[in-house]
Amino acid sequence: MLQALQQPWPWYVAGALIGLIVPALLILGNKHFGISANLRHACAACFPAGIKFFQYDWKKEIWNFFFVGGILAGAILTTHLIPDPHPVQINAALARELAGYGITDRSSLLPRELFSWSSLFTLRGLIMLVGGGFLVGFGTRYAGGCTSGHAIMGLSDLQWPSLVATVMFMAGGFIMANLLLPFILHL
Amino acid sequence: MKTTTEPINAQPGNTDFEVRSLDTICINESRKQHPWWYNFKYMAVGVLFGVVFVKAEVISWFRIQEMFRLQSFHMYGVIGTAVVVGIISVWLIKKFNIKTIHGEKIEFHPKKFNKGQIYGGLIFGLGWALTGACPGPLFAQVGTGALVVIVVLLSAIAGTWTYGYFREKLPH
Repeated sequence: MLQALQQPWPWYVAGALIGLIVPALLILGNKHFGISANLRHACAACFPAGIKFFQYDWKKEIWNFFFVGGILAGAILTTHLIPDPHPVQINAALARELAGYGITDRSSLLPRELFSWSSLFTLRGLIMLVGGGFLVGFGTRYAGGCTSGHAIMGLSDLQWPSLVATVMFMAGGFIMANLLLPFILHL
Repeated sequence: MKTTTEPINAQPGNTDFEVRSLDTICINESRKQHPWWYNFKYMAVGVLFGVVFVKAEVISWFRIQEMFRLQSFHMYGVIGTAVVVGIISVWLIKKFNIKTIHGEKIEFHPKKFNKGQIYGGLIFGLGWALTGACPGPLFAQVGTGALVVIVVLLSAIAGTWTYGYFREKLPH
């Protein structure tokens, strides 16, 4: 049992559980699944700076902070209680490609060569961590939601603007991973 | 327990409801006022979500790279299954008029199309493949001990703030 929990969970288990978060939040309190709004609430709470977009009663949305607090706690618990002792298994072609950029450490879910404090002070790390984060924050708000709000919640409610957003999420990802990222990883 | 009946945008000077209904998916539908500790139920759902994120490797930078290189079915399977389960759930809620545990009617709002979903979606996609994370996984990545992701998170907040600052000038 413990061994089954430690291994990477199959997609159908993970997908079903993530899908069930949609009705769980609705039934617990009429909340629409979405996470990127937290970034907006953080702006509204800390640096509204007289910007109309951040002038609203963020305290009404405090459930959203509790929700991501739970995600953080869940990840900490999982990492300590049921860690996967094996290196992350990836496609052989990807492993070869990444080795060409000097990325070989698969002992955790994020490659240490890219996600570390020392990497942050390299040009490659700065572009990926600071630049990538900025694009995530700017893009999700511009699109009106992220993968949870549009791809899961929006599609669950058959909203076609969410389908447009989801298709564009994927398009952006394909462009970055295949066309731009090779140059950045070479830095 | 106090129940207010006026719409949530009824307070004088509060115009954000119409702004927010256009561009955020997190409108607080509940008109009921609860003690703050009721929010722990959402934390419990978040914990489950965090566990699934880590165990299914959805937050893994490697898995995101595989997805965008068409080298693995895993992420497509996760997102596809989640959407199917979500669609069935929402359909059941509407069909049987299922209410919240507090007896409220569950509300849905149609989203309006605007060009932000195209431009913003593309920009987010670029960031998704760089960081291997969407906003939810960022918190889970920090939880696995990759503390440098706090910088990614702060940068994402800066990105959101910058969007808010230039919002009126951007095409929507």
